[in-house]
Amino acid sequence: MAARSELLLKNGRIIDPVNGIDEQGHLLLAKGKIAGLFLKGKKAPPPSQNRREIELAGKWIFPGFIDMHVHLREPGEEYKETIDSGTKAAAAGGFTAVACMPNTEPVNDSETVTSYILEKAREAKARVYPVGSISKGSHGEKLADYGEMKKAGVVGLSDDGRPVTNSQLMRRALEYSSNFELLIISHSEEISLSQNGVMNEGYVSTKLGLRGIPKAAEEIMIYRDLSLAEYTGNPIHIAHISTKESVSLIRRAKERGCLVTAETAPHYFTLTEEAIDQYNTLAKMNPPLRTEDDVAAIQQGLKDGTIDVIATDHAPHSVLEKEQEFDIAANGIIGLETAVPLTLSLVRGNIISAQRMAGLLSSNPARILGVQGGSLQIGRVADVTVVDPEREFVFSADEVVSKSKNSPFLGRKLLGKAVLTVLEGKITFKDL
Amino acid sequence: MASVHHFDHNHILSLQDLSREDIHLILQSAESFKEISSRSIKKVPTLRGKTVINLFFEPSTRTRLSFEIAAKRMSADTFNFSASTSSAVKGESLVDTARNLMAMHPDVIVIRHAHSGTPYLLTKHIKASVINAGDGTHEHPSQGLLDLMTVKQRKGRIEGLKVAIVGDIAHSRVAHSNIVGFSKMGANVLVGGPATLIPSGIEKLGAKVGKTIDATIVDADVVMVLRIQKERQRDPLIPSFREYANQFGINKKVLTAAKPDVLVMHPGPINRGVELDPDVADSPRSAILDQVSNGVAVRMALLYLIMGGD
Repeated sequence: MAARSELLLKNGRIIDPVNGIDEQGHLLLAKGKIAGLFLKGKKAPPPSQNRREIELAGKWIFPGFIDMHVHLREPGEEYKETIDSGTKAAAAGGFTAVACMPNTEPVNDSETVTSYILEKAREAKARVYPVGSISKGSHGEKLADYGEMKKAGVVGLSDDGRPVTNSQLMRRALEYSSNFELLIISHSEEISLSQNGVMNEGYVSTKLGLRGIPKAAEEIMIYRDLSLAEYTGNPIHIAHISTKESVSLIRRAKERGCLVTAETAPHYFTLTEEAIDQYNTLAKMNPPLRTEDDVAAIQQGLKDGTIDVIATDHAPHSVLEKEQEFDIAANGIIGLETAVPLTLSLVRGNIISAQRMAGLLSSNPARILGVQGGSLQIGRVADVTVVDPEREFVFSADEVVSKSKNSPFLGRKLLGKAVLTVLEGKITFKDL
Repeated sequence: MASVHHFDHNHILSLQDLSREDIHLILQSAESFKEISSRSIKKVPTLRGKTVINLFFEPSTRTRLSFEIAAKRMSADTFNFSASTSSAVKGESLVDTARNLMAMHPDVIVIRHAHSGTPYLLTKHIKASVINAGDGTHEHPSQGLLDLMTVKQRKGRIEGLKVAIVGDIAHSRVAHSNIVGFSKMGANVLVGGPATLIPSGIEKLGAKVGKTIDATIVDADVVMVLRIQKERQRDPLIPSFREYANQFGINKKVLTAAKPDVLVMHPGPINRGVELDPDVADSPRSAILDQVSNGVAVRMALLYLIMGGD
């Protein structure tokens, strides 16, 4: 029997921030596009031979979520994650697209690596948008070949994980990238200050005897990046902000008209440095978890629009890298499969609305990267994420889809889950 | 006695984990074990048949020897395992080392390691008791306990004493254990030294910060002097040893601000003439050698208590 080509999602709460929609209705997907919206009590189209219907009472229907900051580890570190396993994890977490950072082995600084990733991603469970490196090999010395990479398919540029320390190089990157309309995504860190710190500097680092990373290491570099973006008149996107002052710097820059956008990760609005207690390497990442004040400020930034995007910084590592002395354990945690419940907790806490959640996870990353999706408007690509806000589950290592299990949320009971993920009209994940 | 405090710890990882009552009990037990070391036959059969492994990833003479003597005086069998920390990066991981050691069925592992928190990692992978003999810049609990014992012997009490700790507070595990231990036992702890060596949030750990050396040691009953290292990694901490000795070194003149009967302590090894003037180190005010002999008694007490005696 041939697969039925149309999909009717019935009786869900339809949320589309681009068109200001938040109401009950039905959504019809056909030929890979959004084909019909049935709102304000309008009846759904009658059943048809080639149309599959899914009843979604109590569920929320969003434009497909886009995670603009993940590490898929392929090529080079396939034992941690592959494009296949990472996109399966994305689909399971409710994401229809991911942007993958270039710190693979080799670094994605060329048409060759970009094409390799896109070739591997052809049959993947989520759309993959490669991010190219700012500098050749991410060595922070010479500009990479932006034109060549753009042609091959990169959607942005970043030396993520290795901050651009040379300000002149950052200036030139902002200027040269404008020829190709490629966004610079900055991992802002002043490494002469962060040195070999392994967690936030303060009482907890002192108590644990661990080398601290002062907040100023992040803030100084954000200020430099904002200053260069304003001076050159180019847009810049600040990755994974974690401190109160970072939020405030970006808020003020936006007020001045600086073309800045910013993202944070769910762990920065959920956890504090206290999660490291007893040297838990699953709570080690860069930038590090901060304090309650910072968590509150990040939440405020998400609420008032200073922060545009929630991205997970999904960073898979095997037990080899994590089951070690805290000082030498790798930075980073997986995030694709926990982003939805952690973000929903902000909605439940009345910090953000469901529409704002859709903006943070879908329409804003789509707009910032200039990619399809981000809205449920008729004619747009049929990328859809359905969430059950009441589904409770324990996030256990056995059920993690990602190849790596490095998450500080393991064993936690989480509320809310992606239950249906649709990519271009085809179901990539279903747990209804 | 009216009540007997039960010692309920499998491991000794930090003084933060121990209660006031725990510390009292350890010091009391150490006092009673001290006598054994002055006998002509310095051995009791208490821990016969028990196995203690000294797992040292950092060079140490005093601490390792002190643990070894303590275990032997209690009739435990001791074995020493030394490895350079760098091998942890290249070769066998700590977790593998721990699993191998467990196959030999030790009762206690005494570990010293350059990375903070390593003893905690060890406890997650082995069944034996773990004693932290110094981990990175975190803690050195047995040193903190022997310092408490020394001060108690010399001053008759801990409560209400003013204890000044001077020098590299940021990188000293001894300082951390002492701040926690002395403040827990009711002393007023002040730290002082170059601001580059005072870590953030130290007040919350239990110490006030003195702006100058004089302000730190004024009216002090005890002055603890820490070993100074000029540089760590690429971090410029102090201009030179000479500048340090002149501005922050403890000598007779500086000590006039403290109480006349001030007790001077140092966890060793001393940079004579840098952080501590030889005149002071060798004076009757110095408790440095008491610290060493109390170390054996405290470690005997720790071994005894974690192996079930109380």
